[in-house]
Amino acid sequence: MHPVTTVHYLFLSAALLIVGTIGVLTRRNIVVILMSIELILNAVNINLIAFSHQLANVHGQVFAIFVITDAAAEAAVGLGILIALFRNKETVNADEVDILKW
Amino acid sequence: MLDTVLFYLFATLTLGGAILTITRRNTVHSAIWLITSLLGVAGLYLLQQAEFLAGVQVILYVGGIMVLFLFVIMLVNLEQAAKEKQFTGQKWVALAVVAALVLQGLWFVAEGAGRFKLGSPSAPSTETLGNSEQVSRVLFSQYLLPFELASILLLVAIIGAVVMAKKRI
Repeated sequence: MHPVTTVHYLFLSAALLIVGTIGVLTRRNIVVILMSIELILNAVNINLIAFSHQLANVHGQVFAIFVITDAAAEAAVGLGILIALFRNKETVNADEVDILKW
Repeated sequence: MLDTVLFYLFATLTLGGAILTITRRNTVHSAIWLITSLLGVAGLYLLQQAEFLAGVQVILYVGGIMVLFLFVIMLVNLEQAAKEKQFTGQKWVALAVVAALVLQGLWFVAEGAGRFKLGSPSAPSTETLGNSEQVSRVLFSQYLLPFELASILLLVAIIGAVVMAKKRI
């Protein structure tokens, strides 16, 4: 079996990013769209950690901590918006929120 | 050898969990599969000697963010949405974006891979400090300003979430 290299991690991260992108673009349910955004941010983190390991310094890990902070803030505000939306429009489907469209 | 087996195990958990997350009809099932995927990512961090980050991933993502998701799923009535169509008609847009990403990957393999000299992780670090100590030394000296800005970002997010979810301000 081949030893695991940084390239393996890069391809895993690319695959995870693609799965997350498909989720954001095709699902109707806003909760699942927010989960897909978490997947995309995790793909970025895998990349950062892979290069941190490759270059043997911890700066990539510090960056990943900031990405996780952003993900937490984004999830909190996004779910708050979702609750406000559900209270006003009784829907959780992204394509039914189209008041701005004419 | 063990490294390789563990890598493929965690990679399967991560990717399989991700695919099941975006295809399940029931949102609670999606959340459970997302937890599986995030735990797989934590395992990948452990394989790369990022122990502190693996702990943060489990505590913050699985313990914090996912509980938040499950609470919102409980607050919002999703039974109606589960019976409806699950996907928008945007599959051509998604296909175009994915094709662009795959092309970028192929271009990277064809052109860029040689320039980065990937594939041979550099010599194991001679650092005697533990991983958490190394991260904290860098975080609290070189990245002190971004760290404080992140705390302001979290404060803004707290206020924003409360304002959004409140009935009447």
